Amino acid sequence: MSMDRRQFLKIAGISTVLGLGGASVMRGVRGSEAEASHVMTNEKALTAKRWAMVIDVSKFRTEEEYKRLIKACHSIHNVPDFGEPKDAIKWIWTDTYEHTFPTQPNEYMGESVKEKPFVLLCNHCANPPCVRVCPTKATFKRKDGIVMMDQHRCIGCRFCMAACPFGARSFNYKDPRLALKPEDENKEYPTRTIGVVEKCTFCTERLSKGLIPACVEAAREIAKETGTEPGMYFGDLDEPGSEVRKVLSACYTIRRKPELGTEPSVFYVIGGEKNA
Amino acid sequence: MKLYDGGKIIAGLIIFFFLVTFPFFLNIGKVNAKPEPKIDTPEIQKLAEKKCIESKAFMRAEHMKLLNDWRDSAVRNGERTYVNSKGKEFTISLQNTCMHCHSNKKKFCDECHTYMAVNPYCWNCHIAPKEKES
Repeated sequence: MSMDRRQFLKIAGISTVLGLGGASVMRGVRGSEAEASHVMTNEKALTAKRWAMVIDVSKFRTEEEYKRLIKACHSIHNVPDFGEPKDAIKWIWTDTYEHTFPTQPNEYMGESVKEKPFVLLCNHCANPPCVRVCPTKATFKRKDGIVMMDQHRCIGCRFCMAACPFGARSFNYKDPRLALKPEDENKEYPTRTIGVVEKCTFCTERLSKGLIPACVEAAREIAKETGTEPGMYFGDLDEPGSEVRKVLSACYTIRRKPELGTEPSVFYVIGGEKNA
Repeated sequence: MKLYDGGKIIAGLIIFFFLVTFPFFLNIGKVNAKPEPKIDTPEIQKLAEKKCIESKAFMRAEHMKLLNDWRDSAVRNGERTYVNSKGKEFTISLQNTCMHCHSNKKKFCDECHTYMAVNPYCWNCHIAPKEKES
């Protein structure tokens, strides 16, 4: 069969139109239920412009109290404990003053500060270097300022670990389930898998249910038991009346390595012997 | 036209043909057990209205897409409430919503996935419900 240019164009045009029509009909059939549905944030969810935390270390008296904070976090987030520092996964942990604020110490510092453990967690920086280096956008900054991780996307390249100046990120060198007993697992929260990086998420899953982060809740419980003020505050940095802003305006606070310009959202009140 | 080494070539071709079609011959007449996912968990039995979040046909064809959408909306956008096509609300969570009712991963998920030889990596991280003897 021979065909001239005009016939060819006619047939091609008609079949394109038919094809497009058919595709849209199919889409209508397949997508009807998905289109009728939608997603939204929970009505009870706590929201903010920029979540932040203030940690008043003078309010913590014993190592035991820090351990409770760590346990509160690590148990609900299925963070494994391999019992060996090189495999350690930490969302919240403690370290010395010198390691926490490396540009601050002086040789005449009192024991009360020098030897005191400082509680550390992801700083949820306003200008997070981990987000900038992540090649898959597995680490990203949410609208509310939380630096969040999408474990589904993490390829385990560990650029973020190199970029984070606070050591807030841990790599799963081993399958975390090896160190988690099935009866200790929180069945409502996933574990991670071998080969991904993880860190504190400011308890996004709890915020979405209207709950404050687990460590802050634990700090409030400790305060209630001992009849003192809680050592951790959580709130919106953008809201002048918020809990954190009140503490920030009342106390002198410092942040870790501010000279790097990452703008951490975790603030520290140091106190010392006289204020303790 | 002459075919050099005709005997060898034809013999080779026959052997090749049988090698390639060997799996088909092996399975001739055998009936493969069809996957039959089960939804008779105690949790589903207790439901007043035994319905999934969307229609059966939709869930069967589109559950993988829906789960991907759920993953992105919960993790990346922080939107953890799903309003289905009938206006009913559900919490977006594989472990706490899907698997709460479908507490039989082996008979519900694996049944078809194994048959189709697909290996979703959900359970590397997400904790599967404890299998109950039914």
